Amino acid sequence: MKPETAILASETRPTPSPLSSFLRAMGAVIWKDLVAELRSRELLSAMLVFALLVIIIFNFALELDPKTRAGVTAGVLWVTFIFAGTLGLNRSMAIEKDRGCMDGLLLAPIDRSAIYFGKAIGNLIFMLIVEIIVLPLYSLLYNINLFKPGLMLVILLGSIGYIVVGTLLATMAVQARTRDILLPILLFPVALPVLMASVKASNGFLQALPMAEIQPWLNLLIVYDIIFTAVAFMVFDFVVEE
Amino acid sequence: MQTKPRWLSVLDIITVILLIAATAMVFFYAPTEAVMGQVQRVFYFHVAAGWVGMLAFLVAAIAGVAYLAKGNRKWDIVGLSAIEIGIVFAFINIVTGSIWARPIWNTWWTWDPRLTTATVMELIYVAYLMLRQGIEDPDRRARFGAVYAIVGFLSVPLTFFSARLFRTIHPVVIGSNEAGAQGQFDMTPLMLQTFMFSLITFSFVFADLLWHRIRLGQLAEKVEQLRLKLVD
Repeated sequence: MKPETAILASETRPTPSPLSSFLRAMGAVIWKDLVAELRSRELLSAMLVFALLVIIIFNFALELDPKTRAGVTAGVLWVTFIFAGTLGLNRSMAIEKDRGCMDGLLLAPIDRSAIYFGKAIGNLIFMLIVEIIVLPLYSLLYNINLFKPGLMLVILLGSIGYIVVGTLLATMAVQARTRDILLPILLFPVALPVLMASVKASNGFLQALPMAEIQPWLNLLIVYDIIFTAVAFMVFDFVVEE
Repeated sequence: MQTKPRWLSVLDIITVILLIAATAMVFFYAPTEAVMGQVQRVFYFHVAAGWVGMLAFLVAAIAGVAYLAKGNRKWDIVGLSAIEIGIVFAFINIVTGSIWARPIWNTWWTWDPRLTTATVMELIYVAYLMLRQGIEDPDRRARFGAVYAIVGFLSVPLTFFSARLFRTIHPVVIGSNEAGAQGQFDMTPLMLQTFMFSLITFSFVFADLLWHRIRLGQLAEKVEQLRLKLVD
C-alpha cells in the first residue's frame, strides 16, 4: 500500500488500538451472554434451584444441627457453589455449540482470547449472582451471619479460579461425544486446590481465625488464579480451532 | 515394513537384566530394616514407581507443549504413550504404598498430601483417557489431549502444596522430615545403593516401555492410513 492511501484509509476509518478493540470484543461477548440470559432465564434459574436443592440435601445428609454446622458451613457452601458452577459452565458452552453460535463467534474478526475472556467473565458473573443469592438464603435458613468482607474476597478469588479453568475445560467437554458426563471428571481433579484453599480460607474467616492462618490459603488462591488465567489465555486458541 | 530397531532390542535386554538385578538387590543385598522389618523392602519399588508416574506426567506435558507448538502427530503419540505408562506406575505406587501403610500406619489409607496428590494425579490420567475416548477427530483429540496434559500437570504441584498445608504423617526419607511423620528411617549405604539402583532401573523400564508404546502408536497410525487407502 502506498503511503498516501494508507493515510487516507486511516483518516476515513480510524483503526482502534488493539487493546480497545480487544476490550470491545470481550464486552460484546459478555453482553450477548447477559442479554440472552435475561430473555431466557434458563441458566440462572437452573443453577439457583439446583443450589438450593444441594443445600437441602446437605441439611438432611449431615443433620446440620447448630453444633456440627459451625465447622462444615464453608464446606457445604463451596460444594454447593461448585456443583451449581459445573451446571452453569456446561450449559453456557453447550448453547454455543448446539446452535452453531461458536462457529459464528470464531468467524468474527476478533482475537480468540477475547472470546475466551468474554465467556469466562460471563460465566463468572452468573456464578457470582448465584452466590450472592445463596449467601443470604443460607444465612436466613441457618441463622448465621455470612456477610464478612473476608468471606466475600475468598468467594471472589475461588470463583475466578474455578471459572478460568472451568471455561477452558467446558469448551473441550462440549465438543466430545460424552459431553454430559465429561466436564466434572475433567474439572474436579484439576480444581481440587481451589476447593481446598477456598474451604479452608472461608472457614478461617467464619471462625474468625487469626489472619496468619488464613493468609497461606489466600496466597494459594491468588497463585492458582494467575497461573491458570495465563495458561487458559495461551491455549484457548487450540481448543476452538477447527 | 518397519523392523524393530536394533537399539530397542539392546534396551530390552538391559532393562530385563537391570530389573532382575534390582529385584535381587531388594531382597538379598539391602539389609532388613530394624523396626519395620521385611515390609520396608516395598519402599524401593514404591518410590521408583512413583518416580516413573511423575516422570511420565512431565513427559506428557512436554509432549503436549511440543505438539501445540509444532503440530507434529509424533508428539501426540508420545504424550498418550507416557500417560498410559504413567497410569500403571502411579497405580503400582499407590498399591505398594497401601501394603506398607497397613502394618506401619495401621491403616490402608490416610489423607496425607502425597497420597492425595498421587490419587488425584491418577484421576487426571484417567480423565485424560476419557477425554480422548470421547472425540473422534484425531486432530482435535490430539489438541485437547495436549491442553489437558498441560493443565493437569500444572495443577498437581498446587494440589500437593494445598494438601501439605494440612498436617502430614508421611515420612520423608530424603530431605528434612516434618515433625509427626511416622515410619521414618535412615538409610544405610546398602539401602541407599539399592534405592538408587531401583530408581535407575525403573527409569530404564519407563524408557523401554515408552519406546515400545510409541512404536506401537506409529504402527497403528500406519495401519489406519493403509486401511483408508484401501477404502479409496
